[in-house]
Amino acid sequence: MISFQRVSKRYAEGHDALREVSFDIAKDDLVFLTGHSGAGKSTLMRLIMLMDRATRGKVLVDGVDLATVGKRGIPGHRRNIGVVFQNHQLLFDRPVFDNVALPLVIGGYDYREVGRRVRAALDKVGLLSKERAMPLTLSGGEQQRVGIARAVVCRPRILLADEPTGNLDPELSAEIMRLFEDFNQVGVTVLIASHDLALISRLRHRILTLKEGRLVNGGVA
Amino acid sequence: MTAARREGARQSRASIANRYDAWLRHHRLSAADSLHRVLTNKLSTLMTFMVIGIALALPVGLNVALDNARELSAGWESPSQISLFLEEQLSAAEGQELAAALEQRDDVATVEFVSRQDALAEFSALSGFADVLSSLEDNPLPDLLLVSPASGLAEDAVVTLKGELADREGVAEAVLDMEWLQRLNSIMELSQRLVLALGVLLVFGVVLILGNTIKLAIESRREEIVIVKLVGGSNPFVRRPFLYTGLWYGFGGGLVAALLVSASLWYLGKPVARLAALYSSDFSLDGLGVMGALNLLVLGGLLGLAGAWLAVTRHLAEIEPR
Repeated sequence: MISFQRVSKRYAEGHDALREVSFDIAKDDLVFLTGHSGAGKSTLMRLIMLMDRATRGKVLVDGVDLATVGKRGIPGHRRNIGVVFQNHQLLFDRPVFDNVALPLVIGGYDYREVGRRVRAALDKVGLLSKERAMPLTLSGGEQQRVGIARAVVCRPRILLADEPTGNLDPELSAEIMRLFEDFNQVGVTVLIASHDLALISRLRHRILTLKEGRLVNGGVA
Repeated sequence: MTAARREGARQSRASIANRYDAWLRHHRLSAADSLHRVLTNKLSTLMTFMVIGIALALPVGLNVALDNARELSAGWESPSQISLFLEEQLSAAEGQELAAALEQRDDVATVEFVSRQDALAEFSALSGFADVLSSLEDNPLPDLLLVSPASGLAEDAVVTLKGELADREGVAEAVLDMEWLQRLNSIMELSQRLVLALGVLLVFGVVLILGNTIKLAIESRREEIVIVKLVGGSNPFVRRPFLYTGLWYGFGGGLVAALLVSASLWYLGKPVARLAALYSSDFSLDGLGVMGALNLLVLGGLLGLAGAWLAVTRHLAEIEPR
């Protein structure tokens, strides 16, 4: 589903963020990506999201070589991937419902379908009663769950999460991880970047470890 | 095989219809949402409306005034006067005779005979050169016939008439006194060009003002734009609400301009009518009319769209998720 073939990324300042990284993530896999901050986790995620492009090597997502996706193809590519951000990236002037509905509105779904899917997603993350609440009135864990509901509302085949448990206590973190496992159970390919080794090593999934831009562990399935 | 292909065709057609529906839906949503935003910020919206309205009202109002002036002066085109200076050896009686003969013509309304003595008396009274003139041995002025062409005579017919009169025996020179009319016409033409230039400048200004307003709107929603782009919003999707915002501002400005022009015409209407009555004319000011007001509204909307487009193309592409 996601495949990196000898991918390197060098930023304009000459800093090598990724060096010759190769791995394959199969459909239905749940994979953790770990490493110290600055090891290249975010860069790897950005390449998959097409927020950046690889300097060398090939990135394939769902069989598509991302080098062939032009500027105009980027929005369509992003609509196929659900993303959960560390800092949530919510619209703070809109209620929870509108935040979760955003990808559906972009996708052009009609109102009834939007309502149905948003409520299903909110129900899944346990926030059905908060659909009219403003994000600022929610706790950090709840905001993160709004972000997750938004990421899955379009039923993407790939779900990316960048430090989804960054600021949460262990109990909430475990809860969030269980949510990701649930989505993985129904056939979503999940890639989670996290430096919380204690948590992810307990969960018994494949772990990719980056160190100074190189993949030092988990490259071969 | 064929069934499968037909199914595929139907699906793709359905998806085009779906995409059209989605496109239409987002247009409605963007239009409603941006209108809501525009109407929510009452004070700043009102100020933007006023700025655009005043900028549009100035050239439009001047143009309406000019149209009125042109209509008024259209009634003045024919009564130009031809002055016939008679030859010196002609006696006063012969001059009177000639006047009577000319008056018979169809294209002549009246002929007034001004004898050289009368002319000298008038000239010395008006010019203040009485002393100098009285010291002259001879009266240097010729007899004069003032010929008024028949009313409704076209300008070039008057010129022809002047040529014919100049050829008459006893006529030394014919002068068509149209200079003031030509001056008026060139003043009108000049004013029209000035109004046009002013209009072009102000229209340009309106586009820039709106561009700047939209730029501020884009800046204030920068985070939202980043998020929308992150979850797969395309550039047209992001652009749409801002284009509608420009459209609403432009419409509002056009409306204010129409109101301003109508209000000033109403304000000027009574004094103008009184003035016209003093000159025993039934002239009254012509307003914008419904079509004029609608045109102003459409013009405002188009300018708004242009300004928004300017801002959007310059600033939206720069905002990318980092």
